[in-house]
Amino acid sequence: MAAQLPPTHVAASFPLPHVLAHAAIAPTLLAQGAEGRLYKTNHLHPSRPAALKYRPSKPYRHPILDARLTRARILAEARILYRCRREAVPVPLVFALDEAAGWLLLEWISGDPVRVAINTWLAQKHPTASSRPRAAVAQKVASLGSRISEEQEDDDSTHQQKQQQQGDVPKHQVRENTNQDDKGTTGKWSDEETENGGEARRRIREDAPLKALMRNVGTVVGKLHRAGIVHGDLTTSNMMLRPPPTADSGIETAETATDSGAKASLDGDIVLIDFGLSSQSSSDEDRAVDLYVLERAFGSTHPRAEVLFPEVLEGYRGALPAKQATSVLRKLEDVRMRGRKRSMVG
Amino acid sequence: MTQKQPRWRGGLLALGCEGSANKLGLGVIHHSPTGEVTILSNVRDTFVSPPGTGFLPKDTAKHHRVHFVPLALRALAEAGAAPSDLACICFTQGPGMGAPLTAVAVAARALALLWDLPLVGVNHCVGHIEMGRAITGAANPVVLYVSGGNSQVIAYAERRYRIFGETLDIAVGNCLDRFARTLEISNDPAPGYNIEQLAKKGGARLLDLPYTVKGMDCSFSGILASADVLAAQMKAARAKGEDTFTEADLCSSLQETVFAMLVEITERAMAHVGSNQVLIVGGVGCNERLQEMMGAMAKERGGSVYATDERFCIDNGIMIAHAGLLAYETGFQTPMEESQCTQRFRTDEVYIKWRD
Repeated sequence: MAAQLPPTHVAASFPLPHVLAHAAIAPTLLAQGAEGRLYKTNHLHPSRPAALKYRPSKPYRHPILDARLTRARILAEARILYRCRREAVPVPLVFALDEAAGWLLLEWISGDPVRVAINTWLAQKHPTASSRPRAAVAQKVASLGSRISEEQEDDDSTHQQKQQQQGDVPKHQVRENTNQDDKGTTGKWSDEETENGGEARRRIREDAPLKALMRNVGTVVGKLHRAGIVHGDLTTSNMMLRPPPTADSGIETAETATDSGAKASLDGDIVLIDFGLSSQSSSDEDRAVDLYVLERAFGSTHPRAEVLFPEVLEGYRGALPAKQATSVLRKLEDVRMRGRKRSMVG
Repeated sequence: MTQKQPRWRGGLLALGCEGSANKLGLGVIHHSPTGEVTILSNVRDTFVSPPGTGFLPKDTAKHHRVHFVPLALRALAEAGAAPSDLACICFTQGPGMGAPLTAVAVAARALALLWDLPLVGVNHCVGHIEMGRAITGAANPVVLYVSGGNSQVIAYAERRYRIFGETLDIAVGNCLDRFARTLEISNDPAPGYNIEQLAKKGGARLLDLPYTVKGMDCSFSGILASADVLAAQMKAARAKGEDTFTEADLCSSLQETVFAMLVEITERAMAHVGSNQVLIVGGVGCNERLQEMMGAMAKERGGSVYATDERFCIDNGIMIAHAGLLAYETGFQTPMEESQCTQRFRTDEVYIKWRD
């Protein structure tokens, strides 16, 4: 569902899924991940774009196992989306699916991912001279841990977020001659940020529209958890900022008028997408891990806005029954302490 | 730091001592000044336990103690090298089983003192990766490291072998080994090998086993438990004279399931780092079905799979010598007082100074 992604060059090399083979309007391949491909299609109706998530069969797998897995995964994702919908969690509608053929047709969510919205906002409202060069380093450092990536890269920060959760250097002792090493993947930011002075940080911290957006993110995640679902891959790339329907023509032109244009760019509803790794769970542990993943992703994707992450947690707290929220946030402390990895017997 | 300059055609020689599990391996390697790697000897002795049993730490350590000296002498003799030719003694510092690790570490320390050579402690996993790279020539592959003790998907970045995904409980090799015990298959030459041979006779039916992949991690203990239940059902049905599935079906279903999981997480890592090379190392890496499946996946991604045979896949001394010598060449040594081995030693704890 990453609407912003450019069509990839590999598009032509894959045969279209059967359902799209005879579409009147040619579908666009948006992303190719390990798991599947994402197409934008007007297959249903020319005026109604939709996203088709296709899981092709894997030649290396035993055919029976392959069919079983494809079916289970398509159905699980559809069930979770349906359940979210029923519980008023903002997610794309499921239009249709064919679990045997391995596809899922979803509502098209317009707008940008929250990641793009935040980064555009920061670039416009809080420009810095030094933000670019460091991004390249950050990306390299971050290409370490991992997560399924269902999308193609289009800027320096899309993927790093997905990985922070797994790739970090263990906190415990590192052996001899490791002194020149980066000690983990986080922490770099805050050091360098202080060089830019507290003023810029303070301005970001007091940025009301950004704060409101952060709070909304927290609220949406809280609603998701309240519905008994954990996302499994929460990042700002897996959240869309859908512009309000009335503003659809006004956004671009408003950019000249600085104030109103800026207001428009963080305006809209947050819609969660990509439930490929989701599961049904209400345990504190799973919920806390979900938040932790988001926190790590946030820190690496939007290092400058990391100071606002507590707003996300505030929004989250408000969306769940007080008792549950408190225990999840307490659990989050534990998860932070241990990271996701433990040392194991070899 | 003074490095000893042996007379061996220039370059350096190292003796590697491996004994983190039931294989005791010793080998002598030569690195030429231009970076060529020559294997001068690679000898191994495996502790094989009777069918239906696994190797216990105590017995395995005893095996290593008994065989270390003859094997070390054989390694040197085959290499045509004298102790004075060596630059260093490399040994497995971890991870592995405590008792066998200790047995070999003690022996390596004794050699270092006896011959007045520096010690180099090596991470077993890094040994596998470096040997795989040297043998196959794969420059910067995504590495699937699968053995009796480890199951990890690894890629190199920023002077570390980073773990992208791994097992959350037992290793895939452990799952296969223990299932071999359930079926009371021979452990000679290796339980996994015998499962592979049995699986070749099955495949007509795929039995339902759990499939447990979570992101880039996976889990095998539940699969083992389910396979054990199926094996018990099979035996019960057979006792009643009913028609049922066979050991071969069980082995092939188990292989198909766990290997599909491993290929899936490897593919995810490859998509993630944008690599189309994959290197399989570790004992399970010998399995031809796994290599075939990985090859099909890599082919679809326009890449290729690199694998080695049992000489290098299965634990061996030469990989320890190779990785140790790479570290030694960057000035790394393990002082005697820091040469204790450890059962827990993660792949990403090692600073890889010899790669860019």
